[in-house]
Amino acid sequence: MQSGNRAQYDEMHDPDGTVRPAYAGFCNWYDAQDRDWLKKQDVEAERFFRRTGITFNVYGDDAAEERLIPFDMIPRIITANEWRKLSRGIEQRVRALNAFLHDLYHRQEIVRAGRFPERLLRDNEAFLPQMAGFTPPGDVYTHVVGIDLVRTGPDEFMVLEDNARTPSGVSYMLENRETMMAMFPELFSRVPVRPVSDYPRRLARSLAACAPDCAGERPVVAVLTPGIFNSAYFEHAFLADQMGAELVEGSDLRVVDGRIAMRTTTGYQPIDVIYRRVDDDFLDPLSFNKDSVLGVAGIMDIYRAGRITIANAPGTGIADDKAIYSFMPEIVEFYTGEKPLLNNVPTWRCSEPESLKYVLDNLKDLVVKEVHGSGGYGMLIGPTSSKGEIARFEKKLRAKPENYIAQPTLALSTCPIFTKAGLAPRHVDLRPFVLVSPGGIDITPGGLTRVALKKGSLVVNSSQGGGTKDSWVLED
Amino acid sequence: MLGRSANGIYWMARYLERAENTARLLDVGFRMALTRGAQAASEEWKSVLITIGQDVAYRQRFEDYAGPQVFNFILRGPDNPASVLGMLENARANARAVRTALTREAWETTNEAWMQLREMLARPVREGNLGEVIAVIRRQTTQVRGAMEGTMLRNEIFNFSRIGTFIERADNTARILDVKYYVLLPSLSWVGSSLDNAQWETVLRSVAGDRAYRWLNAGRLDPRGIAQFLVLDGRFPRSLVFSYDKLASNMAGLARQYGSETTAHELLRAARAKLQDASIERIIEGGLHEFITDFIAGTNKIDNAIAAEYRFIE
Repeated sequence: MQSGNRAQYDEMHDPDGTVRPAYAGFCNWYDAQDRDWLKKQDVEAERFFRRTGITFNVYGDDAAEERLIPFDMIPRIITANEWRKLSRGIEQRVRALNAFLHDLYHRQEIVRAGRFPERLLRDNEAFLPQMAGFTPPGDVYTHVVGIDLVRTGPDEFMVLEDNARTPSGVSYMLENRETMMAMFPELFSRVPVRPVSDYPRRLARSLAACAPDCAGERPVVAVLTPGIFNSAYFEHAFLADQMGAELVEGSDLRVVDGRIAMRTTTGYQPIDVIYRRVDDDFLDPLSFNKDSVLGVAGIMDIYRAGRITIANAPGTGIADDKAIYSFMPEIVEFYTGEKPLLNNVPTWRCSEPESLKYVLDNLKDLVVKEVHGSGGYGMLIGPTSSKGEIARFEKKLRAKPENYIAQPTLALSTCPIFTKAGLAPRHVDLRPFVLVSPGGIDITPGGLTRVALKKGSLVVNSSQGGGTKDSWVLED
Repeated sequence: MLGRSANGIYWMARYLERAENTARLLDVGFRMALTRGAQAASEEWKSVLITIGQDVAYRQRFEDYAGPQVFNFILRGPDNPASVLGMLENARANARAVRTALTREAWETTNEAWMQLREMLARPVREGNLGEVIAVIRRQTTQVRGAMEGTMLRNEIFNFSRIGTFIERADNTARILDVKYYVLLPSLSWVGSSLDNAQWETVLRSVAGDRAYRWLNAGRLDPRGIAQFLVLDGRFPRSLVFSYDKLASNMAGLARQYGSETTAHELLRAARAKLQDASIERIIEGGLHEFITDFIAGTNKIDNAIAAEYRFIE
């Protein structure tokens, strides 16, 4: 598991260069293609994305320039068998996450049982007292979850991170497939790939199934976006469009007759389910950040009265907090009574003196992350950092150890990308998207593969130069 | 649909129409510069600026009406928020904000129009490539219209976009007519040299009506006929009557879908009745400028009523 000690696992080729079975169909096709034509298609893909307006704004970018996430045209392929195992593990984990959230906001059995430290809730901003004692419609907390997985070997997938608030990226999963099908239609008639295109329909169905009792036969679903300057605006619009739902902003909404209603051309119309892509803190100026103009004043009261469904539920962030991540194996066992099918990446909590000592002694081999950070910012990647960088980071770590966790640098699997010089292996991760409703847990086959485009780099975040790939799950 | 979306699609259509009409005006200025020499051209450039309401802003920055200075200001002036590039940016920002109300093709053509213009207007435009820039603006805006026409459901969304188009068009044609008659030519009875003929022709060219007019009138140019053509000819797609006809049919579409009419419908009905009763003789008798001022104000009133009745903003 430590870096450097072991060769990394390449998903396309085994160590002697033979193509693995998952990629056999693809490579057959690929080898028969003209290189120059492929290069042309590669350029074409970028033009395609620009035209469709698939861009995202990078946080902290002054120019608010719309940037394109680079797309790599070599697909990342998972066999039916691998996927079966993976999805069982994902389902178990997501079920545990929801049970955990219900418990945290009710009797806190897990704390009473001594399996989870109460202090992690006490000073945690992600834990919302407004949710205590309240059960959301259908008892669903995380309607949409993204589980970030990394692979280290043939049968070794590990969870790097749970995204229980508002995971983004699903539009890239869909558009990447569209692009591949537009560029290489014959490829899909030769290799049987499970479709992903019905995700929006499944999302709409899943959200409607979580509607409150006051909803009619066809619940009204709306997507709440912070607006066109948000980095994921394209995705918000895309999903609303594909679901046939209204895309609303806070200024379109208000409380009318005890319901949340949107301003239409013919008056205010009540909404049953709001798929919000606005953070908890901005959801309701009356309950949270009072300066927020992105949310709806009074929505929390309506919510607690059971007259609107908010997806994901406010307060789910407590479940994907990095400090809590390290307890996930215990959490899964506690609520499912089973051993976790998917492992965590081993994690040291720097809040614990013994772990801190270990971390400080081994900084050059570890990845240290901020507990509340996101998107690969504010982290140290020991093996690729200079002595000076490590020393500077050590100071921060010593000052506030409880702000950090550490993990070994894993021998992350690689998958080749297309370069002018031919195929070249790069590190990848995978974010499958999971829908939760009272009807069950629904996992779209595949997900979003992010790829570090720089040779040797482990950072796949799109905000830091990562790209994406189409992710295939093969038919049985 | 959301009031905010109706507002967005309405303004998207207006900005595209405005960009197209502005390109046409630039084309006229350009033609004058090529064929009539510096003096005539500079007067034409000035009248273009007045027509689009940018003369004051222009004169705060520049002393004379040198062609490249004027058309660069109008096309891409970095300190001119009402530049053609700004219009395209606004059209696209509105389209982006109502992305869910547009078909994929309508959005993509709008996005493409903006991308191409942004690239073309990244550097100052030289006289030598002004013609090409104008052609691209016309082609791209036409393409958006075609994509909307060919792919969008005929529902409220489409109606709001068409209402935006024809409010803008009615307003633009009225302005062109007003500037040409009132600023350049002091009196309608003043008919004379061949230079005047050229002036009349620029009016027609500004609204892409020169060929249609000649075809209908066997090549005879006279100010009365031109005014009649631009105001009252329901066959000409940029005339005031035509714009109001289209406005009315799209407003009727809204009333049908929503089950009721609004004060905007009443205002439009009254304004249309006035237009239908008018003859060019009576218009000229009462003063063309007065008539047009009245028309522009009336259009503005209808526009405000639409925004209020359909809850464009809170």
